[in-house]
Amino acid sequence: MHEILSLNHVTFTYAPEEPTVKKAVEDVSFHVEEGEWIAIVGHNGSGKSTIARLISGLLFPQSGTVNVLGQTLSEENLWESRSQIGMVFQNPDNQFVGATVQDDVAFALENNGVPYEDMVERVHEALKQVKMDDFLNHEPQHLSGGQKQRVAIAGALALRPRLLILDEATSMLDPQGRQEVLSVVRDLREKTGLTVLSITHDLEEAVMADRLLFMNGGKKYAEGTPSEIFALGDQLIELGLDLPFAMKLTKLLQAESVQLQGENMTEEQLVNDLWTSNFKK
Amino acid sequence: MDIELQKVSFAYAPGTPFEKRALFDVDLAIPSDSYQAIIGHTGSGKSTILQHLNALLKPTEGSVRIGDRTIHAGKKENDLRPVRQKVGIVFQFPEHQLFEETVLKDIIFGPMNFGVSEEEAINRAHTLIKLVGLPESVLEKSPFDLSGGQMRRVAIAGVLAMEPEVIVLDEPTAGLDPRGRTEIMELFYRLHRERHLTTILVTHSMEDAARYADRIAIMHEGHCVLTGTPEEIFSNAEELVNYRLELPHVVRFQHQLEQKMGRKLPKLCLTEEELAKTIAQLLREERDGQ
Repeated sequence: MHEILSLNHVTFTYAPEEPTVKKAVEDVSFHVEEGEWIAIVGHNGSGKSTIARLISGLLFPQSGTVNVLGQTLSEENLWESRSQIGMVFQNPDNQFVGATVQDDVAFALENNGVPYEDMVERVHEALKQVKMDDFLNHEPQHLSGGQKQRVAIAGALALRPRLLILDEATSMLDPQGRQEVLSVVRDLREKTGLTVLSITHDLEEAVMADRLLFMNGGKKYAEGTPSEIFALGDQLIELGLDLPFAMKLTKLLQAESVQLQGENMTEEQLVNDLWTSNFKK
Repeated sequence: MDIELQKVSFAYAPGTPFEKRALFDVDLAIPSDSYQAIIGHTGSGKSTILQHLNALLKPTEGSVRIGDRTIHAGKKENDLRPVRQKVGIVFQFPEHQLFEETVLKDIIFGPMNFGVSEEEAINRAHTLIKLVGLPESVLEKSPFDLSGGQMRRVAIAGVLAMEPEVIVLDEPTAGLDPRGRTEIMELFYRLHRERHLTTILVTHSMEDAARYADRIAIMHEGHCVLTGTPEEIFSNAEELVNYRLELPHVVRFQHQLEQKMGRKLPKLCLTEEELAKTIAQLLREERDGQ
């Protein structure tokens, strides 16, 4: 396994002259291996988006290092590093420049001096990967939110990045749009082994990741598989997050003195637990 | 205050080659003191309706009655300020509209524009800042030094400062973390009950519509296709699929459980709490019955 990204003891504050102001990110370390899907979760203001900006070199840490593909990120290698990272942001409407879907996907390729023939092929391939290849000449503003985000993902994929960062990329979408985007990301990972880092409040999205990084007040509070993190239970709620639906309902049922065996991370588990512990008699 | 849309149609850029019809013959009555949710897929016409509720848009056909004022298609309207004072709209990402040097100035801007004295506006700001869950010390700060969630609360206080009788919420919790989301939704629910604020929630969240609304209207391709209580709307799974909508999570779970049990629960539950209670009750009855 290759390391794609690591943060070593990274600290960042937006107000370096004022030591009393809380640091946005404080002593955070983690690493991402090639092919992993890692999700960063945490309440608003926990430092998630600052981490994304540190990784993409929009910000530089006051102490500690950010390493992308084995190189410590600096002003000198910033552009090289950025060409390896694709980013998709929260608001689909803020990231379109092209008049048509294919122009938009081609924009970054043009900027990077990719030859025309190569560009056509890459644009088509990228749009196919996100299942938007029927929309080549559509105007981006007339697409649905889920379609827009898929085009934004295609724009990132056309550069053939080693790492795709989704910064709350599904938080403004309706439930159907969110499903579309998440299923595209899941397919991509199965087919291409793309490394994904997603920053999210959405538990459905978090559950799909291999590993979760749980941020609280600028610090890394916990790190582990989704089951390990959700096993923290009430601590999650205290720190501004939520439990998956099945776990929440399990707790409510237990409070009503309904007998249940387990913690029930998924709905299927809970249905089966309710059935075997109570109804199947 | 109540609002009634009668046969409202609306077209963007009417009479030009770019004409785009967004609403077709929409009838919708929103009684005083009610909590109305408007749900629909992206592009269904939700946002266009929303802008009719305080005459930011005027219908191309039909009429909109807002309290005792009626806006007719094709007629020129003078002085819509009273309407806009009575119907407050909290737009999506309202924090993007903050602009003043201090939180206090931002909150008093709206009411003073509507002729409220500075003293009175300042009084309101002090009450409201606490109501939205922020300390009074925030009033002297720049709104831009606050966190996203705090900025949203300030923006909401700014709308409430105009003392509207109707409040329209356009995806008020977009981008907030789960705790922030619950806090904001509970705040509006409390205002709805305590201040008898007629509340109109435009949302993608079936969960919020199920939990808070008395009535739900479903928009689809510019038509208002279904209205009813949450129980009525969410008993209708097949029809929702046609409108590209999903059932609330809790209803989907209830169906899963009923399938496993091979029978129905006594009622359709709209919140997790209600479902837990219903299951517990059913088990108690079966135990006692044996």
